[in-house]
Amino acid sequence: MSTLIHESAHRLAEMMAVGDITCEEVTRAHLERITEAEDQIHAFLYVDADRAMDTSRRVDAKRRSGEPMGPLAGVPIGVKDVFTYAGAPTTCASKILEGWHPPYTATVVQRMIDADMVIVGKTNMDEFAMGSSTENSAYGPTHNPWALDRIPGGSGGGSAAALAGFEVPLSVGSDTGGSIRQPAAVTGTVGVKPTYGSSSRYGLVAMASSLDQPGPCARNVLDAALLHQVMSGHDPKDSTSIDASGPDVVTAARSRDVTGMKIGVVKEFGGEGYAPGVERSFREAVAGLASAGAEIVEVSCPHFPAALGAYYLIMPSEVSSNLARFDAMRYGLRVGDDGTTSAEQVMRLSRGAGFGAEVKRRIILGTYALSSGYYDAYYGSAQKVRTLVIQDFSNAFCQVDVLVSPTTPTTAFKLGERIDDPMAMYKADLCTIPSNLAGNVSASFPAGLSAEDGLPVGFQVMAPPMRDDLVYRVGSGLEALLEDRWGGPLWTLMKEEGR
Amino acid sequence: MTQDQLMDYTQVMERFDPVIGLEVHVELNTVSKMFCSCSTAFGAPPNTQTCPVCLGLPGSLPVVNAKAVESAIRIGLALNCSIATWCRFARKNYFYPDMTKDFQISQYDEPLCFDGEVEVEVDDRPYTIPIERAHMEEDAGKSVHMGGTTGRIQDAAYSLLDYNRAGVPLIEIVTKPVYGTGAEAPEVARAYVSFLRDMIRALGVSDVRMEQGSLRCDANISLMPKGSHTLGTRTETKNLNSLRSIEKALRYEIGRQGAVLAAGGTVKQETRHWREDGEYTWPGRSKEQAEDYRYFPEPDLVPIAPGRDWVEQLRATIPEVPAVRLARLRETWGFSPMELRDAVAAEAVDLIESTVAAGCAPQAARKWWMTELLRRANADNLSLDQLTITGLQVAQVQGLIDQGVLSDKLARQVMDAVLAGEGSPEEIVAVRGLSLVSDSAALHDVVAAVIADNPDVAAKIRDGKVQAVGALIGAVMSKMSGKADAAKVREMLMSMLSE
Repeated sequence: MSTLIHESAHRLAEMMAVGDITCEEVTRAHLERITEAEDQIHAFLYVDADRAMDTSRRVDAKRRSGEPMGPLAGVPIGVKDVFTYAGAPTTCASKILEGWHPPYTATVVQRMIDADMVIVGKTNMDEFAMGSSTENSAYGPTHNPWALDRIPGGSGGGSAAALAGFEVPLSVGSDTGGSIRQPAAVTGTVGVKPTYGSSSRYGLVAMASSLDQPGPCARNVLDAALLHQVMSGHDPKDSTSIDASGPDVVTAARSRDVTGMKIGVVKEFGGEGYAPGVERSFREAVAGLASAGAEIVEVSCPHFPAALGAYYLIMPSEVSSNLARFDAMRYGLRVGDDGTTSAEQVMRLSRGAGFGAEVKRRIILGTYALSSGYYDAYYGSAQKVRTLVIQDFSNAFCQVDVLVSPTTPTTAFKLGERIDDPMAMYKADLCTIPSNLAGNVSASFPAGLSAEDGLPVGFQVMAPPMRDDLVYRVGSGLEALLEDRWGGPLWTLMKEEGR
Repeated sequence: MTQDQLMDYTQVMERFDPVIGLEVHVELNTVSKMFCSCSTAFGAPPNTQTCPVCLGLPGSLPVVNAKAVESAIRIGLALNCSIATWCRFARKNYFYPDMTKDFQISQYDEPLCFDGEVEVEVDDRPYTIPIERAHMEEDAGKSVHMGGTTGRIQDAAYSLLDYNRAGVPLIEIVTKPVYGTGAEAPEVARAYVSFLRDMIRALGVSDVRMEQGSLRCDANISLMPKGSHTLGTRTETKNLNSLRSIEKALRYEIGRQGAVLAAGGTVKQETRHWREDGEYTWPGRSKEQAEDYRYFPEPDLVPIAPGRDWVEQLRATIPEVPAVRLARLRETWGFSPMELRDAVAAEAVDLIESTVAAGCAPQAARKWWMTELLRRANADNLSLDQLTITGLQVAQVQGLIDQGVLSDKLARQVMDAVLAGEGSPEEIVAVRGLSLVSDSAALHDVVAAVIADNPDVAAKIRDGKVQAVGALIGAVMSKMSGKADAAKVREMLMSMLSE
């Protein structure tokens, strides 16, 4: 197996830029790895090998012609199957969209194409991004490359596992309650949920519009920042897109220096329900940042524990409306249309057959929460909690530059372990949800391996809206610190057969 | 056929006071749709004016059409409404195949325009119509039910969907309950909708054609026992395709509800449909159990906050109330009520106004537009404003008559040439050599020759039979190919014969 698959995205780009290797070689190496690893990992729902090779040859030709190329030109990337990409199916890992070929391409995907990146395929996920384990995919779960009997996180388990399994050096995800960060945490990779509105949602199949945000997934901090830069920027097709240039995340990701930063540890995220191995790795990382020159304080965010409850009212409410359009009338699965049934019956039969249990659960929950007579008590109260969470962040950011916490309370749990216990599954997003409610930037970085089970632990960094650079600065500082300790990237501690 | 018992109208009025409420939908004539750039043109082949946004494809997002907001504000201002400083769109959730997202983007508790009032007159008595709100929303697609005998869904074999109309901007204008109209309730309703139609047409923001559905009206009515202050149960009548049907349907409902109540029964709260063929209302779906639309703020759109400066700029563009304007014009122009009514019916008022503005006498302007030009328009099946002649050109032609350059007959030829696109009236006169010969020297020889050629006629005139001069005038005109000023010819003949 080619060693190219272990290289970082920025290193591959450099090697291609100076002519040491071609894009075709890089893409072929990754496609070969995908062929080899997919039986075990199942990170992809669709591999677009022919188009990826065509793109590679075109990128090589463009480079030979001397045209200027972007910093990630020629780098292969996996796209979560929640983004449209004309010419490839988009399923959102749901039976209801089986066979749907969108006629248009999502803005973030188009930006990757315009940056001469090579899209190799669509990655697996929980159905419509609902879940924390990828077990809700209608096309079978993804396995965690660190331990194949473990979950890779969710909903973006495919995008994270594809990185940890060296199938691609970069991938793109979407984060509604932690779907980028929790998979990053349990696969020892980097995942960033940018400030809400900094990357376009146009072409991202909506789960909860006020919470969804596309973001980069990578194996190291600089790669994530480079992808962040490619993806983000104002899009007139998305009304909630911010019409202002974002901060320089790439410079921040190169800084590797946290001297003088004031870092707040969220008091409420720890203790009961948190695995001792996770807490220990987290504390060691915090101590490391202190020794590297950061000032550490404990900060209370009293409403964060209520965020999960508020999230499970707001998110399903929006889900119940956003997923109404899957009614079998125009595209996707159509069941029971035998000429005797009414349109309403066909809608009912198709939705019954096409949606999985978790999707139905959330549609029912949201429909109930928005119902007349219940709206104020449920949706209305949840919006008030959301305001309080935003206030907690504002207060905290008066005291500190960033907030930190474990990304998720445990390491990767076993496949099947929580699938029949929705509440246990929902708790995986306990620490990540506040930033979705508030819209601020939040990221997960590797904090090492748990002393309990030897599995990766995630370190979450949260910063104010439009200060995405701050999470990259802390991430790069932490990475410098820990790589010294590990003797290289975290994945070098992975068992040989995983690589 | 209807089985309804109807109570005599005057008897109903002795016992009850009708309370009316009107909901009017106006389709705006913006070039593009409410939330995408697709064309709104009427009559295109089915589904040719669609895109991922108005088809509600997964991942697509709406973007507000600023022109539609402007039109909505102008309508609000014309109805003397307050304009919200901040308001949001809301989703109205319900499943129907012609709704591509299975929710309609509308406004709920935060309308753009609210608390207005307008005054209408019936038989010279003024009535104030209080306006509850005017809000923005998108239109749905159109279902065409095939294979049945009635064109309705109940006995259709299948239905076809045309989404060209999906996403066309609509303004919904809702009155508060209108009390105190007494027996005039149907006429007041008609006068109000007629007012809206004229006002909105004057604003230029909609075609307001009831027969094409660009103005749609639902009429609510209930009966309140005289002396009571408690509203009765109302019905809502739809399918009112003309001003006449609004009036007739309300009159019918008054009779029907009166009979129900007089017999000790209760009026059922329901939607009824006006049957134009038999002139009766027919029950549709029951509204006893109000539908739960699960409204919530549209998370894909940012709030609308029209600046006060902008609103004031728009206020300055609001035209005079049409009825007030017509009264003013009638006075200034000295038209009879009949003349003005005919001009309104022929949609000639604006054209006459522009002709008068270009210097033409009002009666002359009216005469051209309402006789010559109307005849030509009718012959070609065009409306007056579709004729390729402007008010300025009509005024120029009349100016040439007034100067004695053209006779009425020549003027008609010039008019035809203008309509044929041959240029301005003066150019045509010059090119065709159409001007009258009123130069005495040039005429003198012809007149003398005609007297010499017709000694018998000349003798009669000399003997005092002055009416015989017509024959000589005709002979002169014939020799001059009509290009002589008849008055001048007459004067010259008389003078020469009296010598």
